[in-house]
Amino acid sequence: MRNQQATQTLFELSKPGRRAAVMPACDVPVRPLGELVPAAHLAAAAPELPELAEFDVIRHFTNLSTLNMSVDTHCYPLGSCTMKYNPKRNERLASLPGMLDVHPYQPDDTVQGLLELLYSVQQMLAEISGLPAVSLQPAAGAQGEMTALMVAAAHFRALGQERTRVLVPDTAHGTNPASAAVAGFETVGVRSHASGFVDLDDLQSKLDAQAAVFMITNPNTLGMFDRQIRRACDLVHAAGGLVYLDGANMNAILGISRPGDVGADMMHFNPHKTFSGPHGGGGPGAGPIAVAAKLEPFLPSPVVARQGERYRLDFDRPQSIGRVRTFFGQVGVLVRTYCYLRTYGPEGLRQVSENAVLNANYLLSRLKDVLPVPQGDRCMHEFVATASTAKAEKDISAMDIAKRLLDYGFHAPTIYFPLTVREAMMIEPTETESKETLDALADAIIKILDEPADLLHEAPHSTVMSRADEVRAARKPVLCA
Amino acid sequence: MSYILNTTAEQQAMLAAIGAKSIDELFAMIPADCQLNRPLDLPPALTEQELTAHMQQLAGRNVSCQQSVCFLGGGSYDHFIPAAVDALASRGEFFTSYTPYQPEVSQGNLQVFFEYQSLITRLTGMDVSNASLYDGGSAAAEAVLMSLAVTGRSGRVVVAGSVHPEYRQILATYLRDLGVELVTVATPNGTVSLDQLTAAITPETACVLVQQPNFFGCLEEVEAIGRAAKAAGAVFAVAVDPLSLGVLNRPGSYGADIVVAEGQSLGNPLAFGGPYLGIIACREDFVRRLPGRIAGQTVDRLGRRCWVLTLQTREQHIRREKATSNICTNQGLFALRATIYLSLMGPQGLRELGELCLQKAAYAKQTLTAGRRLQPAFDAPVFKEFVLRDTENNVEQLLAQAADAGFFGGLPLGRWYPELSDCVLVAVTEKRTRCEIDRLAAAFHASGAQKTTGVASADNCIPTPHGATRTAHA
Repeated sequence: MRNQQATQTLFELSKPGRRAAVMPACDVPVRPLGELVPAAHLAAAAPELPELAEFDVIRHFTNLSTLNMSVDTHCYPLGSCTMKYNPKRNERLASLPGMLDVHPYQPDDTVQGLLELLYSVQQMLAEISGLPAVSLQPAAGAQGEMTALMVAAAHFRALGQERTRVLVPDTAHGTNPASAAVAGFETVGVRSHASGFVDLDDLQSKLDAQAAVFMITNPNTLGMFDRQIRRACDLVHAAGGLVYLDGANMNAILGISRPGDVGADMMHFNPHKTFSGPHGGGGPGAGPIAVAAKLEPFLPSPVVARQGERYRLDFDRPQSIGRVRTFFGQVGVLVRTYCYLRTYGPEGLRQVSENAVLNANYLLSRLKDVLPVPQGDRCMHEFVATASTAKAEKDISAMDIAKRLLDYGFHAPTIYFPLTVREAMMIEPTETESKETLDALADAIIKILDEPADLLHEAPHSTVMSRADEVRAARKPVLCA
Repeated sequence: MSYILNTTAEQQAMLAAIGAKSIDELFAMIPADCQLNRPLDLPPALTEQELTAHMQQLAGRNVSCQQSVCFLGGGSYDHFIPAAVDALASRGEFFTSYTPYQPEVSQGNLQVFFEYQSLITRLTGMDVSNASLYDGGSAAAEAVLMSLAVTGRSGRVVVAGSVHPEYRQILATYLRDLGVELVTVATPNGTVSLDQLTAAITPETACVLVQQPNFFGCLEEVEAIGRAAKAAGAVFAVAVDPLSLGVLNRPGSYGADIVVAEGQSLGNPLAFGGPYLGIIACREDFVRRLPGRIAGQTVDRLGRRCWVLTLQTREQHIRREKATSNICTNQGLFALRATIYLSLMGPQGLRELGELCLQKAAYAKQTLTAGRRLQPAFDAPVFKEFVLRDTENNVEQLLAQAADAGFFGGLPLGRWYPELSDCVLVAVTEKRTRCEIDRLAAAFHASGAQKTTGVASADNCIPTPHGATRTAHA
């Protein structure tokens, strides 16, 4: 039975006179406020926040939490988002007082343990990427992209070259062109073959003296490893450009292939995907970048440096692009990254990718006869199926399948991305799901494809709400209570 | 294989179903010359027990703000966090969920974001808020990018020198490749001079950015600054401390067009600077230039009230290169913590907290400057932070004395302001007690030769001084 109060807002639950937090008595001599601050600065009244008791707050948010799907409660095969299990030990260890209750401006000698940890994360990401220099500062993958592009701009400025264009394949994540725009570049599209592989002829035709950076996602957004990657990198380098690798899909190649070894000059990691940082309803993420040695001087400041047995924050970086975020970065996420990498070690990390790829290929083998996968019968850690046949023959769309899966207790896959596949369903099971869960997911999809189209069009049926009027939300925005 | 579920037998069964002989065969699509032919050079795996011991050892080499009393501020503050915040935010259904792309199974998060937006608009006095950005500094940069877009001006941005130096560094990084001139107005008296600021504003100026209270803790004449900005057709953007808004004027009341803030103080831990919470709110007519995610109210097919992510046409996954921002995430978990925190505080709690900060900072400013060594650097009124000048011009020694007595006594300003290399910024939150303030004053005023640890241990108000352990072993 659902608690009906659960869907009331904080403001509707508010009762004048209720309160939760009580402040300690003021233990210093109290002076009239007007003596401390001129009246012109003082608010006439307290802000209009809801008035609630602590138990109101506990019950409200506890009830709201039960309206979410989450990795802890459901399988979340959301392609490209890598929703794997978030180990509980990492939460506890990141909450140790010496890790959590530390001010960013404490002197270096009072944070030696934390600086050693961060230095170690820099080293480990360098080893995993095959690129020697790392900045942990960017706050998210998209900020990592933007930061690396700014590093590239600084590099070309130092060389006295005016390169203004970023080349982005049509299968790229939408953040790639947006990041290029924010970093002041013009975006030029590059065609892909049906395989999802970059069309090298098209790439070559766009490599001129203005081409600064070619951004590539590998494994690509169709879940395939672009085997022309070395050739593509060679072409870009021959034209004087740099190659940026979008590291969103690193979960497939840990310990198996290193972007730096195959020619990438820069990349970002998504620790909240690859290294199991919890997504927290949409953040926090982190977006550390790794770059080739020649780009190291331009990385954001500060970085952690080691001198003998001491660690310090190095701000003395005259060629640095500066800062993209306050303080050091998303440290709490990086502490979890460290715990994850130390739990697995080198062999374990390789097994992560092996099992992610095994799970994806198994699911693909279970589904390919009912939900065709245009790129064939093998994939990396994710694959893109198409519901175009189901759409044509039974009027069942990718959206219908996605919504109906919610009724079966599975989160929906990523749908309608990449844009190059019609009725796309991008499925990524990750290594932390079991064979029986994958079988249940495959069984559910197979069953759904046999259900009446009308039933699916109105799905989901068992959730707390049915399909929302999104047009109304956008046309007449109601954005606050 | 700590978090891998499949057994060897299951792996074999799966390979058979796939029609592959081995897992290695699944990597055949990676050319041999793209494969790493050695194990990664990483430290060996640790069990949970070993990792726990290792992390405790690393954590033990940091001095936490539970061990040393924290008077550090500068955009990150040691405020009290009620237990209910951690208890609720650590629920797996919040902690391990994703961006609410499927509203039917994400109503919890969507309602939280809607409530967060509502609380932020009420707190700031603005019309709309998004569902959060990375941190205060990048939020300030996004506010400036918004200003360039809404004004159609790309010539100049004017910023007060009393805005957090790291915010200004971020701004400089963001603007360098866009060809926008960033003009900083000096603040020799701790606040911006209205005449100098007005002189810096040109008809090409897209944005005027100030901070209230500013980096030095001082209150700026925001109303007059706002008038000057708007008279020139520039956007007036203000960075605030959200906890000050229980007692100080809300930015909407003095004409702010965009408000940004670091939301760490709203129930989020220090965490060595991150992850934090970027707050941004603005006028209604700017909403289509507002970066990041926004939750909106609507109804479902059966007419029931519900929430969805809305106005997504602004975003990069739809507009790609025409997107107005590359922001693709929010700080969902920290927006949740802020929502819970503000629900617990309520109007009365927030007001009392603000008054405590004002009273204690005033007491600390008076007490710390009672001796000969320290003087207030500026005259302007303050909220919870203030700048002290060391008349002996030896900030390092001053803070070392405080450290020996168990205090992080303040933030030296010389790193950002060479002319203030004899100054420290002291922050006093509601957590600081009179006893701690008195002891800090004693430590600051002790002569260099005199060890103050004896004094500290005479009173229970101070946790074990972090120097004590070293002394014991010496």
